[in-house]
Amino acid sequence: MKAGAATLGAPLRWPRTLITGVLLALFAFAIFGPLANLLLWAFAEKWYFPSKLPSEFGFGFWQRVFHPRGDALASLGTSVWIAVLTVVVSLAVAIPAGYALARLKLPWRGAILLLFLLPQAVPNMPIYVNIARVFYEVGLNGTVIGVVLVHAAHGLVLAVWIASAAFAAVDASLDEAARNLGASPWTCFRTVTLPLAAPGLMASAIFVFLESLDEFTGTYFVGVPDVTTLPLLMFNASMGGNYQIASITALLLLVPSIGFMLVVERFLKADVLAMVGR
Amino acid sequence: MSEGAVAAPTTANPASAALSRGRLAGLALIAPALAIVVAFFIIPLGISFATSFRAKDGSLTLAHFEKSFELYTTDLIFTLEIVLLSSALIAIVAVVIAGYLTLGENRRAVAALRWLYRWPLFIPFVVTGQVMRTFLAKNGMLNHVLIGAGLLEPLAAQSLLDWRGIVVAFVWKQAPFVTLLVSGAMASLDRQHIEAARNLGAPRWRVLWDIVLPQVRGTVLVGVVLSFVTMLSVLSVPLMINPNSPTMITVDVAYRINTHADYAVANALCLLSLLVAAGGAAFYLRHAVRNAGEAA
Repeated sequence: MKAGAATLGAPLRWPRTLITGVLLALFAFAIFGPLANLLLWAFAEKWYFPSKLPSEFGFGFWQRVFHPRGDALASLGTSVWIAVLTVVVSLAVAIPAGYALARLKLPWRGAILLLFLLPQAVPNMPIYVNIARVFYEVGLNGTVIGVVLVHAAHGLVLAVWIASAAFAAVDASLDEAARNLGASPWTCFRTVTLPLAAPGLMASAIFVFLESLDEFTGTYFVGVPDVTTLPLLMFNASMGGNYQIASITALLLLVPSIGFMLVVERFLKADVLAMVGR
Repeated sequence: MSEGAVAAPTTANPASAALSRGRLAGLALIAPALAIVVAFFIIPLGISFATSFRAKDGSLTLAHFEKSFELYTTDLIFTLEIVLLSSALIAIVAVVIAGYLTLGENRRAVAALRWLYRWPLFIPFVVTGQVMRTFLAKNGMLNHVLIGAGLLEPLAAQSLLDWRGIVVAFVWKQAPFVTLLVSGAMASLDRQHIEAARNLGAPRWRVLWDIVLPQVRGTVLVGVVLSFVTMLSVLSVPLMINPNSPTMITVDVAYRINTHADYAVANALCLLSLLVAAGGAAFYLRHAVRNAGEAA
């Protein structure tokens, strides 16, 4: 409050701190209120209409969700499996593409970057609707491969942008030094460029994983009727009026999202962020 | 990958033959990613165009658009209003929070805000929908807290699960994303001007409005336009919060397909929302081009 105290004088300091505190508390309620409501539902054994709090808390619904033959565990397995495959497919094509965009002289580079921006800049409904229609004809609807392809096509775009930024942030003179010392291009890439770009690539892998884990619309159209990921299970439970199951599933989805939020800055350093889209 | 790495450093070699080889290598490295984008974005988009303009006998027609407007004009306007209102609120919330993070002088409050605002950052829309469905319901926590605080008569409590619920869900989910971008841009500004203005006695909101905001306008715009397009194609939130008419176009598209297998009208509706998104993109591009002009 250095400058504030100088211009406004000391007597105003107290109310000001108080107002700041009240505003922060309101903001905290806006952020955590909805999440707290979710927690209540997840542990509510019985909650009847006008009462403010559940009349009974317990783990009854958790047992149902985590029942060895329950839908939730199967969906969790499906979701994670799809997300892992999506990461593998996306990074397998995004790393070379990102490297080429960052380091090589490319013809039509601007147009290519624009093409990789397009999927982020266009509403995805027409894409999913028509992929589902084509997949239905070739028998890919309701298969894990079909869902992975849809997720990868979307995740790939993010991955290319982040990977290209990560490679661009690596000092090119280090490559030259390694090459001048006689390292083969492949050795140079493997031992110098790749390890230095690794944190950024890791970030893109996590992004793609989360995108796939959380994806709803594409799976809704392409996954039916056989592939039920966690978001779809949550949606079905919620629309069926089973708020406990929906809330527990939502909590499962929240854990990786919030975990990533807490560590994202360790992976995505400012120097990489500054190179995005260059 | 190995091929690319072998070919890559040839670009460092100025010999022109090697250069064209490097270009070829670059294209080869990018080809798989491009192929996927073409196969899973460009082609479906093409199919969407073809389907929405074609009659059953294969001739060109505008009938599907006529039917779309006949049935869904209210929903088109509703969608536009929701995303415009949400975008405006997101911009305001993001600028206010990022502004306080940059200009706030109470260090503990800044740290608390920085820790608080980003929680919804990676929470998926479908979870946001579920969370708001319970929070904003007539018997939800928001009403209970308002009644408990004496701010609301119990009988006046109403469900917010209509257009307001969608807007709240969108702002709750997207504002942190834009805040992250904007506060990053603000943090990298030269602080000299800010300090100078503060020393001359300018209040913080003037510093934010007159000095900080003009320098980060581009970032705010990018974040808001990206959010605008994202919100246009969210299906889960309107489906969970407000599935009945008037509702958002995404819900209508799902309904046309699931209930009527009517791909023609569904695609026409998709193209109309694409047109709206293009409006947002044009808005951004105009700004970007003008900025580039100023820079050059």
